[in-house]
Amino acid sequence: MTALQRFWSWTLARHLVVALLGVGAVILITDQVSDYRNTQLTTLGAYICVTAGLTLLTGTNGQISLGHAALMAVGGYTVALILQDFSDNNITGQWMLPVALLAGTVVTTLAGVVVGMAAARLRGPYLAGATLAFGVALPSITSQFTSIFKGDQGIGLLFDGPPASLGSSFSFSHWQAWYSLFAAVIVLFFLANVQRSAVGRHLRAVRDDEIAASLAGLPAARLRVLAFAVSSAAAGLGGGVFAVGLQTASPGSFSLTLSLSLLTAVVIGGLGSLTGAVLGSIVLIYLEDVIPGFVDRLHLSSASAQKLHDNLPPAVYGALLIGVMMLLPGGITSLVRPVVVRVTRRTTPSTGGNR
Amino acid sequence: MTPTFDTPTWDSEGRRVDRFIFLTFNGLSFGMVYAAVALALVLIWRSTRVLNFAQGAMATACAYVAITVQQHTGSYWLGFAAALAAGFVLAAIIERIFFRRLEGAPPLNSIVIGVGLLILIEASLGMIYGIANRDLQHAFSTTTYKLGHAALFSNQDIFTVGSVLGVMVLFAAIFTRTDLGLRMRAAAYAPEVARLLGVRVGRMLTLGWALAGVVGALAGLLVIPTGLGLYPAAIDGVFVLGFTGAVVGGLDSPVGAVVGGVATGLVLSYASGYIGSDVTQLAALVLLVVVLLVRPEGLFSTTRARQV
Repeated sequence: MTALQRFWSWTLARHLVVALLGVGAVILITDQVSDYRNTQLTTLGAYICVTAGLTLLTGTNGQISLGHAALMAVGGYTVALILQDFSDNNITGQWMLPVALLAGTVVTTLAGVVVGMAAARLRGPYLAGATLAFGVALPSITSQFTSIFKGDQGIGLLFDGPPASLGSSFSFSHWQAWYSLFAAVIVLFFLANVQRSAVGRHLRAVRDDEIAASLAGLPAARLRVLAFAVSSAAAGLGGGVFAVGLQTASPGSFSLTLSLSLLTAVVIGGLGSLTGAVLGSIVLIYLEDVIPGFVDRLHLSSASAQKLHDNLPPAVYGALLIGVMMLLPGGITSLVRPVVVRVTRRTTPSTGGNR
Repeated sequence: MTPTFDTPTWDSEGRRVDRFIFLTFNGLSFGMVYAAVALALVLIWRSTRVLNFAQGAMATACAYVAITVQQHTGSYWLGFAAALAAGFVLAAIIERIFFRRLEGAPPLNSIVIGVGLLILIEASLGMIYGIANRDLQHAFSTTTYKLGHAALFSNQDIFTVGSVLGVMVLFAAIFTRTDLGLRMRAAAYAPEVARLLGVRVGRMLTLGWALAGVVGALAGLLVIPTGLGLYPAAIDGVFVLGFTGAVVGGLDSPVGAVVGGVATGLVLSYASGYIGSDVTQLAALVLLVVVLLVRPEGLFSTTRARQV
């Protein structure tokens, strides 16, 4: 075994290299594309954060959530409230937003622990229904405490634009895309390590056979709560950067539709695979982009064009969700993976696993 | 999204009793709607072990059928009948095309398919009708009868309670008194044996779905005129309340679904009357979580082991 191979079989190092490549790709790509594309990339980063967490919860641990947008809202609102508090006290500085995002992640993790403790006792349809109720109840919380959450209107996000040191041509949307995509890289790096660690194997063991896992000495309930907490942390950070992209946190942007779209992305990509979460998020953003253009080319009356603009994307998600689940339960990655495995098998001699 | 209550103002301390009475009748009326949604969920759960997340969207689709037929014929009742028929047909088609193929698949698959149908149906309704809010008529007057100053109930409330009760009695009669009902129960409980004895099991399961589709459609027709309005996502909130009712009663018990639905209606009516109308969904979430944690098999379940 050469030194390079030994280095590559060390999981943490491999993930670090990939993460650094990701950072490089983010810097290169966001520099080349237009402001419009950077706005889309901001949304993509937020989606990747959340779907990566969701794929850990649903794919790796077997717990479903139909209310992840509500967890995103916890993150987004926390960020908005903290930034508001800073500006009320005339505190400014570049460090504000990272601090607020970190706080949003922590608060959402705590919320996730609470939800997870309830969820750990529930299975399948009961869990799905309870998380759905959680997602639907959220707007009523924001309208119940209007003085804090500003009702349907939501709270604007106040934060500084790019620092002058990055040059005058560095646009605001470029800056937002950096935040969002770097957050995505951090989440992916962290979750990739979780997936490959003993904890990841324990989560899978609990998913596959909870009784057997318990008999083997695994604390099944605690692992289920842990999966929810980790997934919530990712959703909180994702919700935070999502709000950064929108520059506001409002109940309308964390709707049930968003929860279900993110689930669609995870299923399309392939449950339990981080690559799948990224691919699914890209598919989601791509569809959001091409479908309106497709509708415009149909030359419909403005009323029916508007109906299609709003509703064709979710119709396609719904159809994809059903189609993929029935015909290709492994998602896109199940198409790609055999090819990748065949190629890597040929180039590197098997050394009996990655650990 | 949440049902809003037409709450009269109470100007003195002495009106507390009146208020309580009003909220009770209001809760009963809404509770019967939740009971209908719960019953639809329970009928499908019992026979096919699927929790139909598309139930609410299917009911909304039927309400659009009602409003379309009403506009073309001018008759409320023709639209009403068309919606119930649409509920029957739509549920049967969905069972045949999508859920029949999922027998034996992990529960996650049927949940995801249900959610996919929910998105697809609501988006399709949006493409056809737009997301603008439409008015679906009441069947009867909503003027409440009064006893002194206390508002009691309206003709529409009587119709709501009566029609749901009527459907329940009819279903109970079908299931317990007819040969068809016996075959349906056999298909649900012991499909292998039933098949050996010549019961067309698949057809019975489809029929069970279709009947659930009728109750679901009825619930939609009753709840949409109560201030919700008709738009593609109109019944999402009510679906959650119906699910809460079904869990309160136990997903395996039709009687439990009815009692659970009414109990949910009462709890939410008091919560929104005494705390504020915005808390409806929040109160439902609290109720749901409490029941799931304290008695996850529901109040009326007869199954011994928790299959949550």
